[in-house]
This record gives sequence, structure tokens and C-alpha cells, in this order.
Amino acid sequence: MPLISVQNLSVYYDRKPVLSDISFDVEQGDYICIVGENGSGKTTLMKGILGLIPIKNGSLIFDERVKLSHIGYLPQYNPVQKDFPASVFEVVLSGCLNQMRLKPFYSSREKTKAKSNMAQLGILDIKNKSYKTLSGGQQQRVLLARALCATDKILFLDEPVSGLDPKITTEFYEIIKELNQSGITVVMISHDVKAAVKNASKILHLDKNLVFFGTTENYLKSKTGKMFLWGGENDRSDS
Amino acid sequence: MIDLIRELLSYSFILRAFVVGMLVALCSALLGVSLVLKRYSMIGHGLSHVGFGALSVAMAMNLAPLKVSIPVVVIAAFLLLRISENSKIRGDAAIALISSSFIAIGVIIASLTTGMNADVYNFLFGSILAMSNEDVFLSTLLSIIVLLLFIFFYNKIFAVTFDENFARATGTNVGIYNMMIALLTAVTIVVGMRIMGALLISSLIIFPALSSMQIFRSFRGVIITSAIISMICFFFGMIVSYKFDTPAGASIVLVNLFTFIICYMIGLLPRKVRE
Repeated sequence: MPLISVQNLSVYYDRKPVLSDISFDVEQGDYICIVGENGSGKTTLMKGILGLIPIKNGSLIFDERVKLSHIGYLPQYNPVQKDFPASVFEVVLSGCLNQMRLKPFYSSREKTKAKSNMAQLGILDIKNKSYKTLSGGQQQRVLLARALCATDKILFLDEPVSGLDPKITTEFYEIIKELNQSGITVVMISHDVKAAVKNASKILHLDKNLVFFGTTENYLKSKTGKMFLWGGENDRSDS
Repeated sequence: MIDLIRELLSYSFILRAFVVGMLVALCSALLGVSLVLKRYSMIGHGLSHVGFGALSVAMAMNLAPLKVSIPVVVIAAFLLLRISENSKIRGDAAIALISSSFIAIGVIIASLTTGMNADVYNFLFGSILAMSNEDVFLSTLLSIIVLLLFIFFYNKIFAVTFDENFARATGTNVGIYNMMIALLTAVTIVVGMRIMGALLISSLIIFPALSSMQIFRSFRGVIITSAIISMICFFFGMIVSYKFDTPAGASIVLVNLFTFIICYMIGLLPRKVRE
């Protein structure tokens, strides 16, 4: 039984299709990278699955284990947060809210959980710092810690490394890999297809339609994979 | 100073204005932080203008002002929120249209019925004489409800303000909390505009939040100081108004402006000096 089953999903903006007929399954323990050109519908697909935008056709079947309140999400950079006064601890704690239902205040259980996630990501020492004064890499760690408060099952990451320098990027990929190995399913949008094939276990290639979905191994052998990774060159020498 | 305050509070109408005003200053400062951060500052401004229109109608029809204007402004708040979330219509332009339209409606109705008299002036710029005993009771009750709801949903309001998409993706009903913020804002504005005036009430929402954001860096810090700043500014604004015989609403706005300038300058100091 897959964690999430996406069946014939289509999304329209202003009556124009931006995604049509996408079907795939997310299995427990997967590390799926969604790749594709700009405007190929990567973010739209993720937002559609998370219920942030309306879907036109198709269905999403969530397994019992991953109700909406058990999903972790790391959205794209949000300009509202640029001058937002919030301490790191406040941001991370807010990830626990989805499991509190109507309980209004955090108890020691949530605080302990937030602290242990911050410790895991190495940001416990900046707990009282202001989120907006942090570097891009630290901000992403804070948002990842918040996502981990919301879930221990599945993480959705929307281009988590865009704008980070190479060293921080590598570190961030390492963290994601470790989280995946500890049993968390990962679905990540990535600009960087080379890093994607290095880390992910499955690749989902989008171009408004589903171009490829399968294991990374098969993707590297496929025509789409070769074209997208190495441009046309390899393809020509093959034929 | 103490004598001055004692003298002030010996007038029952000033005491009434103080009680309601302090509560409104508190509520508006709390809500203001969220509104400013969500880029909804202008919604508060628009709502107060709608409130002016509604007050004029209530006055012309001899109805109780609060009971007419609260539902009207609450409906307007939902509409403005919808417009701001709908990217097809430019939110700021729509708010400007609605504001001026309701001012126009209010002025026309007032001039056709009672004439452009002191009432209209009071609606626009506020008056501490405006509150009847019933108004005071209703205003106090409403303010306390706003305050309790804000405290109860404080953490949710933070989450919805900081990152709406994350909140929604993880199963929080963002729409309900946005509506609640709009509703509480509408009630606060209607209650406060009797004292502050339709043209000046939005300053009570925006100034304290902006002032405290110059200095404080955590959400809770900003919320708490914003509430304190707002009440202190209201208090001194009233004293200035009494002492120099200036309009109350305008005096409170100027004290707020003065406070903002000080906070802004403190914010410019390097972090080390401040600590």
C-alpha cells in the first residue's frame, strides 16, 4: 500500500492545463526528486498534492499513516518572512501546531520535540536568535526543523537549496539523506538534476505531463535522463 | 502630574473614554502586528471608512450606532479579505475605491438629513463625548472578547501570519483564522472609531506594531511591547488633549508618531550599543 497515490491528476490555471494526467505512487521510504525545466509544473504538482491549489481532475489517495496533519513541508522562499520578527524557537515550535488540534498553548512535550529537532540539525545554539537575521543556510535548517516537528513520516521540500552556496548545499543534501535513511519518506523538487540523481532513489521528470517516473538507475539509462543530464551530446553519440 | 490625572478621571465622560480607549488600544495593537506583517494594513484603513458610512446611516435612521455599524463593517472585512486574496483584482486599488465610496455615502446621507454638522465632524475625527453608558458596556464587552480570542488562538495566529502555505499544507484551516483576524479587526475598529474618528483609527492598528518592530526581534516580544506602547501612547495622548485642549484622536496619533520616531532611531543604533 503506497503512502500517497496520485491518480490522473490535472491542474488548470485560467482554463489552461499546467499539469495533465499525472499518476504515480509514493512508497514508504522513497526519496523522490521531481525534476524538469522552469515552468514544467514541479511546484504546481507539489502544491496540488498538499491541497494548496485546487485540482481539476484526478484523485489523491492518502494512506492512513499520512493524514494532512502528519505532513512536513518546506516551502519556497517567502518574501513576507524577510522582515518578520520571530525567534528561531518560535518558528520551529509552530511546526507542532498541526498535532495539537484545539489545544491553545504549547506543553513541554512540544517544546522537547522542537528542541530535539533543533539539536539534530545543529541549530539549538541559535534558539533565541531572530529568524530574519540568519544566513540562508541557517534559515533553511530552521524551516526543516519546523517541518520535522510536523511529521516523522513524510517531507515535501520545494527547492530547499536554491540560493545556497555549494558547501551549504552539500551539507543540506547530507542531512536530507540521513533523514531518509532514518525512515522518513522524502519528496523534493530540485533544480539541480546532477545532485538529484546522486541522492534520490526515484526520479519524477515533469514537462506538464509525466515524462518519466522510476528508479534513478533506470532514469540514467533512459533517453530523457541522458538528454536532461548531459544535453544532446551523449544522445547523439549513442544513436 | 498625579493631580492632573486625578482631575481628568473625575469627569465621568473622560473616565468612560479612558476605559474603552485603553481596551481598544490594547486590542488594536495585538491585531495590528499580524495585520502589518500580513501586508493587510490598508484593510484596517478601509474598514474605518466603511464604518463612517454605516454610522451616518445609523444616525440618519435614528438607530443605535454600534449595532448597525458592526455587522456592516464585519461584512466589509470579509469582502476586503477576499479581494486581497484574489490576485485578479488589485487589493490596494480596491480598498481605495471602497474607502472613498463609503466616505461619499456617509457625507451625502449626513448632508441630506442632519446637515454637515458636529456629528459628521465627530465621526471623522472622533470625540470622547460620543460614548453613552450603553456604548461603554458594549465596547468593553467586545474588547474583552477580542482579547480572549486573540490569546486563545495566539499560536495559530502566529503560524498563519508567518507562513500561510506551511500552515495550510499541514492541515490548519487558514481560512477560518484569516476570517477571525478580519472579524476581530472589524469589531475593534468600530468600537475605537467613536473616540479616534474614522480617519484616524487605523493609526492605532499600524503605529504600535511598527514602533515595536523597530526594536524587538521575536514575535512575542513585538506583540507584548506593541500592546504596552499602544496603551501608553493612548494615555499620554489623552493627557495632552486635556492639557492643551486639542482633539483627543489627533493628539493620540501624534504621540504615536513621536514614539515611532524614537523607536526608529533606537533601531538604527548598532546592536551592541543597544544591549
